[in-house]
Amino acid sequence: MRNQRWVEVAVGGFMLLGVLALVFMAFKVSGLAWESDRDSFKVDAYFGDIGGLKTRSKVTLAGVTVGRVASIELDEEWFEARVVLELNTSLEGKLSSDTAAAIQTAGLLGDNYISLTPGIEGSTLGEGDTLKDTQSALILEQLINQFISNSSGD
Amino acid sequence: MSDDLALVEDLHFSHGDTVIFSGVNLRLRRGKITAVLGPSGTGKTTLLRLLGGQLQPDSGLVQVFGQEVVGLERKALFQLRKRMGMLFQSGALFTDMSVYENVAFPLRVHTDLPESMLRDLVLIKLEAVGLRGARNLMPAELSGGMTRRVALARAIALDPELLMYDEPFVGQDPISMAVLVQLIQRLNQALGLTSVIVSHDITETLSIADYAYILSGGKVIAEGTPEELEATEQAEVRQFVAGLPDGPVPFHYPAPDYLEDLFGESLSPAGGQDA
Amino acid sequence: MLDGLAVVGRKTLLGVAALGRSGVFLLQSLWGWPQSWKALRLWVDQVYSIGVLSLIIILVSGLFIGMVLALQGYTILVDFGAEQALGQMVALSLTRELAPVVAALLFAGRAGSALTAEIGLMKATEQLSSMEMIGVDPLKRIVAPRLLAGFFALPLLSLVFAMVGISGGWMVGVDWLGVDGGAFWSNMQAAVDFRGDILNGVIKSLVFAFVVTWIAVFQGYDLVPTSEGISRATTKTVVYSSLVVLGLDFILTALMFSNI
Repeated sequence: MRNQRWVEVAVGGFMLLGVLALVFMAFKVSGLAWESDRDSFKVDAYFGDIGGLKTRSKVTLAGVTVGRVASIELDEEWFEARVVLELNTSLEGKLSSDTAAAIQTAGLLGDNYISLTPGIEGSTLGEGDTLKDTQSALILEQLINQFISNSSGD
Repeated sequence: MSDDLALVEDLHFSHGDTVIFSGVNLRLRRGKITAVLGPSGTGKTTLLRLLGGQLQPDSGLVQVFGQEVVGLERKALFQLRKRMGMLFQSGALFTDMSVYENVAFPLRVHTDLPESMLRDLVLIKLEAVGLRGARNLMPAELSGGMTRRVALARAIALDPELLMYDEPFVGQDPISMAVLVQLIQRLNQALGLTSVIVSHDITETLSIADYAYILSGGKVIAEGTPEELEATEQAEVRQFVAGLPDGPVPFHYPAPDYLEDLFGESLSPAGGQDA
Repeated sequence: MLDGLAVVGRKTLLGVAALGRSGVFLLQSLWGWPQSWKALRLWVDQVYSIGVLSLIIILVSGLFIGMVLALQGYTILVDFGAEQALGQMVALSLTRELAPVVAALLFAGRAGSALTAEIGLMKATEQLSSMEMIGVDPLKRIVAPRLLAGFFALPLLSLVFAMVGISGGWMVGVDWLGVDGGAFWSNMQAAVDFRGDILNGVIKSLVFAFVVTWIAVFQGYDLVPTSEGISRATTKTVVYSSLVVLGLDFILTALMFSNI
């Protein structure tokens, strides 16, 4: 006959294990800690071509991750991609308003990410501002095409 | 107030296409032991389930404690069942509880007695069936006769007014049979119970019954006191009471004529069906 | 020909009738389940026999599936020089698919069949009837705690499964195959979204828990009370729950992840 006390202890342990698993999944696997602090501010950037950029792609400054892509949608007036960036709040009021955003690729076949390059102007970026200096994704096939047509035209 | 604790009138019941009862009338008299006898498969257990409201009849009246059982809503039905006890054929002890917990179960769910009083009550009931010493055993460790006695102790735990026995003597050795017979009789007298025994063990049942009904073919074919039944000339009753293999209740399952079946024109094994 | 049609028709009718019965059964069991300490105790007992006793098989299977996933994934990814993506591959396949589905299948085999057999045996030995005659509703006393314990236990088990699986993948990938540990975790964290992947996995697992427990308990309660009936119902529980889990998984995946 199993002991009532043992049953209670085992069930309690089971529940704790479940909570532990949830915490593990949240923080260790999905990196929720970073996500959960709502301490971020949003800026917009318009690109002619975003290539393989996805929501949750990294945004880096000098190679350091400082934010993520929050959403991507098509601007139906200019037919450009409107990308909303979520940046660390510690950068709010520090980045100059002429900061440049470029879509780059990690390695030859890696993921696309956005790399920011600070500008020189005195005014700074805040919530809801738009980045004006943007550089679209480099599409490998287009580059190769261009190269071939150029060299054949010579 | 009438003398009848329970009343069944013009009861019709069928299970699928099989008609089990077609017009059964019964009365259970207060403080008496009533026996319902009949060959296997005549729906004796079904009758008890109808009394307990576990099944609904097709038509007819089922009254217990002056209350109509048919169409009673779930809650009222459970209230009614607190006043009944039932001893199942297999005993139906809860296999995951000890003997003590089995007997304590009805008390725990229906009363808020303190643990010490509960213990006394359980021990009284177990003593009544002579198994006070077996309280810590699990149902799997009991013999068939002991299982039934524990089940009996559980059935009387709430001091019911009506106690229903479903085939209490089946598969018992002569000693446990005698113990049970004596126990049922003693409990009925000591507790002022009304009992109904459903059985096909004629001798034992008639030895303690005050009144008996014999069921066959979905009807009551005879009723009376044990003495009356034993003295009757009715062929079906004689066959059943004396235990003759053949008679009005046939030995053979209905079949086409034997000779024709063996040497008939058609040789198909299904018998009589043209391929 | 007509006979065949009649058989199909009759089977369909029987199936629809069983579905209806099981619906009524579910409502009757859970409607107004008493929220008392006594009921909680029954529930705890069931969480033990349904959840805790399934833990071993979940832990072992989760570990091995995670390890195999890492091993297989590595041999493919290394061809593209993308072995850093191993973490995200292991984590995504586990959280979205493997943990909810495999845990549900194991649960159906371990706990589901046990539930069916246990309740079936209670029915065959008239324990359910005798409980009814004592004035206790077996739907509330026997069925409801088991249903609620099943609903609760499987999502927990599937979270544990995912955790153990990812750890197994980490052991094989990082310790054995030499993938960089930092890249393993950071790529995983970049790819796995808490709401999109983990919570959706939990939702899947809640749905599976509901269906599997429901099927198991209903099969036990509805079976023909003979030894043959019990063995048939136990088989049915495992077969039906596995099929339903896999079918529902497709539908849920289409709803949850198709737009990505």
